[in-house]
Amino acid sequence: MATTVTHLKAQLGAAAPVSRATRDAPWVRWLLTAVALLFLAGFLVLPLAAVFTEALRKGVGVYFRALIDHDALAAIRLTLLAAAISVPANVVFGVAAAWAITKFQFRGKNVLITLIDLPFAVSPVISGLIYVLVFGLQGWYGHYLNAEHPWFPALQAWLVAKDFTIIFAVPGIVLATTFVTFPFVARELIPLMQAQGSDEEYAAVTLGASGWQIFRRVTLPNIKWGLFYGVILCNARAMGEFGAVSVVSGHIRGETNTIPLHVEILYNEYNFAAAFAMASLLALLAIFTLVLKSFVEWRYATSHKG
Amino acid sequence: MSSRSPRSVLPGFGLSLGFTIAYLSLIVLVPLAAAFIKTSGMTWNEFVDAVASRQVLASYRLSFGISFLAAAVNAFFGLIVAWVLVRYPFPGKRIVDAVVDLPFALPTAVAGIALTAIYARNGWLGFLEPVWGGVVGPDGHVVSNGLVQYLDQLLPGVNWGEWLGLKIAFDRPGIFIALTFIGLPFVVRTLQPVLEELEPEFEEASATLGATRWQTIRKVIFPQLLPALITGFTLSFARALGEYGSVVFIAGNKPLHSEITPLLIMTKLEQFDYRGATAIAVILLVTSFTLLLLINLLQSWTRRHQRA
Repeated sequence: MATTVTHLKAQLGAAAPVSRATRDAPWVRWLLTAVALLFLAGFLVLPLAAVFTEALRKGVGVYFRALIDHDALAAIRLTLLAAAISVPANVVFGVAAAWAITKFQFRGKNVLITLIDLPFAVSPVISGLIYVLVFGLQGWYGHYLNAEHPWFPALQAWLVAKDFTIIFAVPGIVLATTFVTFPFVARELIPLMQAQGSDEEYAAVTLGASGWQIFRRVTLPNIKWGLFYGVILCNARAMGEFGAVSVVSGHIRGETNTIPLHVEILYNEYNFAAAFAMASLLALLAIFTLVLKSFVEWRYATSHKG
Repeated sequence: MSSRSPRSVLPGFGLSLGFTIAYLSLIVLVPLAAAFIKTSGMTWNEFVDAVASRQVLASYRLSFGISFLAAAVNAFFGLIVAWVLVRYPFPGKRIVDAVVDLPFALPTAVAGIALTAIYARNGWLGFLEPVWGGVVGPDGHVVSNGLVQYLDQLLPGVNWGEWLGLKIAFDRPGIFIALTFIGLPFVVRTLQPVLEELEPEFEEASATLGATRWQTIRKVIFPQLLPALITGFTLSFARALGEYGSVVFIAGNKPLHSEITPLLIMTKLEQFDYRGATAIAVILLVTSFTLLLLINLLQSWTRRHQRA
């Protein structure tokens, strides 16, 4: 039936001239397309092009020397480390949250979904600030370290002995990164798993599969592209986060600087070529992310048509 | 926790929900609560002094004003971009569609220094600066007029140079450009799915009833897009309010003139004024949560409205 209708429509469309009232005049099309493309070129493509031009302004030699600089390599390592911890943590959370929310009925589900989205509504600077309040030496963590009668005295003694600091050190950077990338995986998976329903999982239960088997053999293959999509977005943000990480980082060169923070330091030292060279790494990551994202969308669209 | 799950034979309810709530509390809720707890320790006068000093009030005016302006511009151009992407075929459309997400993927600090490089005096678009704010000689006299000076002559009585800024980078127009950059995808990505699902039948019916194309767009298409447009505008506005990385490089950060609110929080933190920083943060948090609530209300209203 549906195909007949489309068929008819196609025939009608071919036979009758297209109504002026359902399609825009050619000059309107041209004008709007030109406006849209010019706007995107001016606002989005131009900055991207500027990054690479500025990075290579002083030549390829300067560019690569900036990248293999000792502090630059340390920043790259720290960025990779922060992403390597925060992204998997948020993947585990995203899968668990999506499983609980989409496979079961419970009260307060909508509140939970809203709470998961909260970090997106928080300014990056505030994301860092709240961790300073909790884990800073002036904050709750500092109170704990200085408490005379703490909970778990052994833990306090160990932390004091190790001089374990969170804020202005690597753990704070990892925590802040985890906060700002918190919703990415969950918010990709929840609508996807809601749309897919649970029929296949029910069938698997009936056939005697265990929980882990159901997840690995039934759910995971169904959500893999959505999961991958969430992971690449999560990773891009994790590696590029600036505001939140800036608050909790001690800005110690070679120790607590991520790539974006290193870009800032170089830029403020008027070392523009090096700053843009480091920035070009992040720009390449952004391009790579967009390419992967388009690929996943295309893959997803074709797998659903077929 | 019980592993008996409500109304489902699937396992793992207790484990997954328990982990979700524990992780959510640890990473998000407890740290956010810390901001409110810290502020509740302040007296009312301390709080008002922190959140309503002259410098902070100026930053609200600036942040809210420019964020609103940037979101409005994004709503306008975002509508055109979404319309073109959904309705018109043209070569390279997939690439253009991917490029829309660039502000999501490009780290804000990179966007900040790139925009600064473009709009600085010696940058690619540096020629815009004299067109905008004229050329002021070393003695402070205007050598040649720009748009701002013409506006001054046309509508005297307002200090346009102060309001609009005479430069582009390192002044208010730069903040506007950065906030427009980061906000664009929100409008396009909320409008796109709605545009794709618009039934052509409505437009055909409208045409059959004798409406012109413009009438159809205004009375049939636009009302269906309006909720998504408002949502996109609000998301873009909320994001702009909290934005830091892309703005600090291009803003010039002149006190009382081009200091955005998140920058003030940062400045207070660097002075170890944690209370002051937290008090301003609470104001911003309450604002963004209110905006989030408004969007949720709008969306649930739209869903009910469409079903009815």
